[in-house]
Amino acid sequence: MTTIMDMDVRTSAPAAAHPIVPETKPPALERQVKIRVDSFDFYYGPAKVLHGIKLDIPERQVTALIGPSGCGKSTFIRSINRMNDIIPEARAVGTIEIDGRNIYAGGTDVVALRRRVGMVFQKSNPFPKSIYDNVAYGLRIGGMHNKRELNDLVEQSLIRAALWDEVKGRLQSSALALSGGQQQRLCIARALAVDPEILLMDEPASALDPIATTKIEELIWDLKVNYTIVIVTHNMQQAARVSDRTAFFMLGRLIEYSDTKTIFMNPKEKMTEDYVTGRFG
Amino acid sequence: MNNAARRKIISRIVEALCALAVVLALIPLAMILFYVLTRGLSALNFAFFTHTPKPVGEAGGGMANAIVGTLILIGIAALFAVPIGIICGIHLAEYAGTKFSSIVRFAADVLNGVPSIVIGMFAYGLVVLPVKRFSAIAGGVALGLLMIPIVVRTTEELLRLVPSGLREGALALGATRSRAVFGVIVPAALPGILTGILVALARVAGETAPLLFTSFNNAYWSTNLMQPMASLTYQVYTYALSPYDDWHRQAWAGAFLLVMMILTLSIAARLAVRRLERMNRP
Amino acid sequence: MTRSHDDRIFGLATGVFAALVLLIVVGIAFELSRQSMLSIEKFGWSFWTGKVWDPVSGVFGARPFIWGTLYSSLLALILSTPIALGIAIFISELSPRVLRQPLAYLTELLAAIPSIVYGLWGMFVLTPIIRKVELLTPEALRKFPLFSGPPVGVGMGTAAIILSIMVVPFTSSVAREILKNVPSAQREAAYALGATRWEAIKVAIGYGKSGIIGAIMLGLGRALGETMAVTMVIGNAPVLSLSLFKPQYTMAAVIANEFTEAADELYLHALIEIGLLLFIITIFVNIASRLLIWSTKRRTIRPVIFPIVAEEESAA
Repeated sequence: MTTIMDMDVRTSAPAAAHPIVPETKPPALERQVKIRVDSFDFYYGPAKVLHGIKLDIPERQVTALIGPSGCGKSTFIRSINRMNDIIPEARAVGTIEIDGRNIYAGGTDVVALRRRVGMVFQKSNPFPKSIYDNVAYGLRIGGMHNKRELNDLVEQSLIRAALWDEVKGRLQSSALALSGGQQQRLCIARALAVDPEILLMDEPASALDPIATTKIEELIWDLKVNYTIVIVTHNMQQAARVSDRTAFFMLGRLIEYSDTKTIFMNPKEKMTEDYVTGRFG
Repeated sequence: MNNAARRKIISRIVEALCALAVVLALIPLAMILFYVLTRGLSALNFAFFTHTPKPVGEAGGGMANAIVGTLILIGIAALFAVPIGIICGIHLAEYAGTKFSSIVRFAADVLNGVPSIVIGMFAYGLVVLPVKRFSAIAGGVALGLLMIPIVVRTTEELLRLVPSGLREGALALGATRSRAVFGVIVPAALPGILTGILVALARVAGETAPLLFTSFNNAYWSTNLMQPMASLTYQVYTYALSPYDDWHRQAWAGAFLLVMMILTLSIAARLAVRRLERMNRP
Repeated sequence: MTRSHDDRIFGLATGVFAALVLLIVVGIAFELSRQSMLSIEKFGWSFWTGKVWDPVSGVFGARPFIWGTLYSSLLALILSTPIALGIAIFISELSPRVLRQPLAYLTELLAAIPSIVYGLWGMFVLTPIIRKVELLTPEALRKFPLFSGPPVGVGMGTAAIILSIMVVPFTSSVAREILKNVPSAQREAAYALGATRWEAIKVAIGYGKSGIIGAIMLGLGRALGETMAVTMVIGNAPVLSLSLFKPQYTMAAVIANEFTEAADELYLHALIEIGLLLFIITIFVNIASRLLIWSTKRRTIRPVIFPIVAEEESAA
């Protein structure tokens, strides 16, 4: 049986399917820190679900968050765009800085934050509108109404999400008629349309079949050239294939955080090793 | 960013408007309850409950016959509607998928939406016209017709909620369908069904229109089911339209009594639902 | 053998009662048609277009009543819909959790008040207020047909106000259920794109659009059939007018007032024919509303029978 340890984990292209082989970045090259998390606690009511999270997420790389269910990785990723604000008993303590500015500081414009930090959800959630209207939604509420501008940006976003060829002839048709994988790529296009710098993906492929999953993974690989991507996944092979850095969470704590190769081939913590070798989780 | 600031202000304004809508709806509620309480309570006295109406123009008197009349009318309605409604509901729950059930369910929904005055007309044609006489029975039938869809729906929904394990257990022990239903499933849902009946009774106790030409009204004490029967609602209506201040006061008293009765029934129903839910939860 | 025989009897016996309910509805349609035959035969279509309602000379035209019913219901919808939707949005999206149950209960209390009590309050409390408002209306406005007419207090406007109050709990209760059933993923998608609260709510409303229209139509059905409260405040005059001040008449009200005074058969049949039309209209409106409501959501929504005990807000 092939385990994670046997897989050829590189910082370059994932296994066979991917046609483009990006150049391997020398690990010594310093990358800017896009997201800096420090002493971050999170509470749902009285229950503390995240304990003192501290990590730096580099720009334009894919950072994967892994760990058993309930370990807090979803809560953590949702804190980066303050989606947890809509839950009434939720409370955050500590700082998350994006480009040096703490997003939990008083007076932060959450609406603007969410345009800079896009999100794709586990189960695709297109609006019951046309494909065009879905992608254009973020642009329209942002005040863009010029037909030509909208057309251009919708097309660009769909191209970037690798969906354009499949839907270009039927932009006005309902988004709900698309397949699961296409809907997810539509949601990615929708998120990309408002030109975020960071893309958060909460188990984006978990509801999809293997072929659709591969398409999404390839997409992520292409996107990271321009976007900082944080992805939650329970699928370790996926994390190994797709990410540059990996953070292992357990019971609300960050156990280990390093480049992906180290986490899977040479983890420092025993718990990490137990998890990635499948001893539990 | 001008656009974002504008959008946020709009959002705030809309949120405030929604809160305002709640206030706007509560104002008439408060007003109605206030007037009913103050004017009604002050007009209530012992005579109200024990006397029948005085002749036109004379002060005093009460609505004893109307109070009893309403109770009799809803009693007849229940007698008529409860068996039909429950058994129909049982059929819809047991044979939920059949075409017949869908049609009947649809018919019950239609019946639910028929204006009460039209139901009154139907009861008139059915019960009053053949004997050329207004009667309590006619009024009871009209109210019963209004109750039926409520009882049917409540029964069906509640029977559906009974865990299927109960039915399977009964059938596995060799019970026939009727045994399983009447012996096990209905008793399990019975408290909820009774609550639904209470709710239906509360609703029809406040009806006036269907009584206008069925049970009509009766200024005298009568418990004869074949004769016109007084009712609280009709009496309040008659008094309200009259030119006499004393009768107006009594109308408010009658309204107060009606509201109290309905509130009590619905609160009792709600409490019963809560307690029963707690009992049935493992 | 015995078991299936028993089961078959069970099916038949309960089926009889179920058929009875079906029979009742069919019976109503049948009876109403039969008992209005004289009028139908005599007047045909002119019954609906005729403006003259003169029982003494035996001329019956129901147009004023149809107008009154439709106009009063329309006005009631215009007044009640924004308020009902506002309440639904507030309770399901904006209010603090503790307030939800009490507010929902209070709104539904409005539905529990019998229409005769609404009529009483309308007659003795609202009408004098409206009269004062009418007296205070400036001459300049009086010129418009909307505000023309004698300042008597009773009239179309007062009826519309009372009707809208009565309709609000029905529309709001169903709209609230619809909004509750919109998957939170929809709102989250909007928020994640930088939507404000109101924009996210708009997405939810868009998702539940047909159900909300159904909720509004439910209110319409309620308004169309309302009798007592309307007849006590509308003035009961068979007049066709846009005016909010003028006393007018509705189908339900004329039946309520004149049924027991109908001396001859034709008169009675004419009134029953009005009842038949009311029956048909409300059936269509209710069917349309139910279809719209059920198209948006799972089957678990109960139609609003008696809101107070209809839905226990789930603890979640």
